[in-house]
Amino acid sequence: MTLAAPASYPSFPHRHLIGIEGLSRAEIVALLDLSEEAAKLGRQIDKKRDDLRGRTLINLFFEASTRTQSSFELAGKRLGADVMNMSVGTSSVQKGETLIDTAVTLNAMRPDLLVVRHYAAGAVELLSQKVDCSVINAGDGSHEHPTQALLDALTIRRHKGRIEGLIVAICGDILHSRVARSNILLLNALGARVRVVAPSTLLAAGIERLGVEVYTSMREGLADADIVMMLRLQRERMTSSLIPSQREYFHFFGLDYEKLARAKPDALIMHPGPMNRGVEIDSNVADDARSVIREQVEMGVAVRIAVLQALARHLPNR
Amino acid sequence: MLDHDQRPLSRPIALVNARLIEPSSGFDHHGGVLIRDGLIADLGPHVEAGAIGDAEFVDCGGHVLTPGLVDMMVFAGEPGHEHRETLATASRAAAAGGVTTLVCMPNTDPVIDDVALVDFILRRARDTALVHVHPMAAMTKGLLGEEMTEIGLLSEAGAIAFANGKTSLANANVMRNVLAYAKDFGALIVHHLEDPSLAKDGVMNEGEVATRLGLRGIPAAAETIMLERDIRLVELTGGRYHAGQISSRASLDVIRAAKLMGLPVTCGVSINHLTLNENDIGPYRTFFKMRQPLRPEDDRRAMVEGVASGDIDVIVSAHDPRGAEGKRRPFAEAADGAVGLETWLGAALRLYHNGEVDLTQLLRTLTVNPASLLGLRSGRLAEGAPADLVLIDLDRPWVVEPERLRSKSKNTPFDGARLQGRALVTIVAGRPVYNYADGPGS
Repeated sequence: MTLAAPASYPSFPHRHLIGIEGLSRAEIVALLDLSEEAAKLGRQIDKKRDDLRGRTLINLFFEASTRTQSSFELAGKRLGADVMNMSVGTSSVQKGETLIDTAVTLNAMRPDLLVVRHYAAGAVELLSQKVDCSVINAGDGSHEHPTQALLDALTIRRHKGRIEGLIVAICGDILHSRVARSNILLLNALGARVRVVAPSTLLAAGIERLGVEVYTSMREGLADADIVMMLRLQRERMTSSLIPSQREYFHFFGLDYEKLARAKPDALIMHPGPMNRGVEIDSNVADDARSVIREQVEMGVAVRIAVLQALARHLPNR
Repeated sequence: MLDHDQRPLSRPIALVNARLIEPSSGFDHHGGVLIRDGLIADLGPHVEAGAIGDAEFVDCGGHVLTPGLVDMMVFAGEPGHEHRETLATASRAAAAGGVTTLVCMPNTDPVIDDVALVDFILRRARDTALVHVHPMAAMTKGLLGEEMTEIGLLSEAGAIAFANGKTSLANANVMRNVLAYAKDFGALIVHHLEDPSLAKDGVMNEGEVATRLGLRGIPAAAETIMLERDIRLVELTGGRYHAGQISSRASLDVIRAAKLMGLPVTCGVSINHLTLNENDIGPYRTFFKMRQPLRPEDDRRAMVEGVASGDIDVIVSAHDPRGAEGKRRPFAEAADGAVGLETWLGAALRLYHNGEVDLTQLLRTLTVNPASLLGLRSGRLAEGAPADLVLIDLDRPWVVEPERLRSKSKNTPFDGARLQGRALVTIVAGRPVYNYADGPGS
C-alpha cells in the first residue's frame, strides 16, 4: 500500500493551523482526504514515512494532556521527525516567564514545528506571531481545538460516508469547550445541522449566532440525531454553582439508553475523552456497538499525521 | 501644579484672531483673549492686534480658542509604577492633547488613601508637571472596600474627589456610609461600576464575540446592577455621586431616570466607549482590553446619544498606561487599560465631524462640566477665570503614531488611526506648555 506523492497533495496554503475558523470547506476536505490515507498507514506493519526526516517537532504543553500529546508525538515519529515533549506548566511559568519569552527561547532552538496547548484562549495565535516555525494549535483555552474537530469529522465520514445533512447533537459543557467551538465551525462548513444541548448555565452567550440550534433538553435535542457527541464535564464546574450535583446532571444530561433511544437507531456515539463514566455518559453506552470513541483516538493519530504533512510542505528548504 | 499666584508677573499675552467658544453659554464668536498674571483679563471681539499696548500678540489664525480640557480620570503610574508613567510624562501627554487639568486616580502603589500621599502628589505635580494635577483619593483604606478613609482631612489636603480605583465597592453598607459621610464635606464620590461577583473571571463583554473567541464574558448587567444599587443609596443618603464611566444603553436609562428624580447623580463615559466597540478586539488585540469592557455597537451608539442629549455629563480619557509586560500576553492574562490623553481630543472630535454631537455640547463635556463637578474655576472663558486655554485646529488631519506619543507607555487602541483635529497651543495658567509648531513629540 502506498501513499500519494507529496506533489499531488491537495492545496493547503497555511503556515500554521490555529483554528478551524479561517479554513475553507475545500481545505477541510483536503485534510480529511489526506487523513484517510494516513489512517491506512497506521494499519500497516511498516508505519514509517520520511516526510519529516531531519525535522524537529516540539510538543509544548502548558496544560496537562495524555492523548493529544501522545497522538502528536506518535504522528511526528511516524513521519520521521525528532520529537521533544515539553510540559511548561510547572517550570518557566511559575518562575514568571511570559509566554512570549518562552516562545523566543524555544524559537532559538530552531524547531520546525511547534505543537502548542495553552490554557488561555488566543495564546497559540500570539505565540505563532513570535516564532519562525509552523505552529499547530492543540487546544487554547475555550477557543479552538482544530485537530479534534478534524478527527471527529473523519470518524463521522468513515461511518456515514458524508457530513452534509447529518444532524449532529453536541451535548454538555458547551460554555467551556474548545472542542464544541471547533466542531461547530467545521460541521457547519461541511453542511451538517448542528445542535447544542446543555443546561442554560453551560451554554455560551450568543451561541445561536454561531449557526446552531440550541436545546436545553436531551429528549428534544437528540430527536432524530445521526451523531451524539458528548463533552466532558469538568468536575470543578460542579462547585461553581453551574450545576447542582453530579447526580442531577447525569439524570438530565447524561447519555443513557433512554435518551439515546430518541436518536436515530444507527446514531454514532462520540466523546473526545477522557470520559467521566456515570457523569456525562452511562458506562454501557460508552461501550455500545454504536460507540466510536476508540476509533476517534485512532483517527486522532491519522489526522495529526495529515496536518503535519500538509504543513511540512511549507517548511523552508523543502 | 502651576499655581498662577506664585508666578512672577509677566508681560500680558493677547491671543487674537480666534474663534472663541465659551462652552457653558454657547458663545461662539470671532475675537481674542487677554491674559494677565495667569488669569483671563479680558475677552471678546475688541481684543485684537494693536488694541492692548504692552501685550505680546499671538495670532490664532481663526482657530477655535476654548477652555483647556479637564480630564477626570487618569491613571498615572506615580507612585509605584513610574516605569509606566510619571506625573511628568502624563502631563506632557496631557499638554499635547489640549488638556490643562488632569485628575489622577488613587489606585497607585501605595494607594492614595492618606493625607501624606495627597501632599506627595501635589508636590510632585508642582515640581514636575506641565499642567494642573489634582489627586482623587481612595474612599476606602487600601481600596479594600472595608474602612472609610479620612474623607474630611483628605479633602482639606487637596483630594478633589473620592474613588475606589478600578474596583467597585461591593459592600452596600460601606458605600452607604461613604456617601452619607462625604455629603457633610460636599465631597464627590466617583464610582467604578462592575459587580465583582458577576464580572468574576470575565475579560471582555459577554456575547457572541466573546463566545467565538472562547473568552469569559462580563454581562453588561454587572455594570447596571451596581449603578442601580448606587442610585438607591444616593436616594437614601443624598450624597453627591458620579458614575465614573458608564458603557451600556441600560445604564444610560438608569442615569436618565435618576436625574428625573432630581438626585445628585452625574456620569461619565470614556472616549474608548464612544469611539470603539467589542469587534475592535478582533484577533485578541490586548490594546482593546479595558474595564469596563468595550461593548457592542448599539451600546456605543447609546453613549454618543447620551453625550449629545446631555444625559452623560463628562467624557474622560481613562488614560491608563500599560507596558509591554502587561499587554504582550494572552488576552485573558493581559492588563486592562489604554493610554488616551494625547488622542482624547482628536477622537472626541470624530463625534463632531460625524455630525453626531454639536461642537459646543462636545466641548462642555470636556471642559466646564468636569470642572464644575470638581469645583474648579477653570473650564470657562470669563474674566477672572484661570487662563487655562487650548487653541484647536478642528480640521487638522493626523495619524496616531504610538512611538511619537509622549506617554511612557504606548498602549493606544488608536494605533494608526486617522484623526481630524488637534490642539495647536495649550496654555496653563497663562503660560504656553505646548505648541504644535514646535514639532512632533518625544
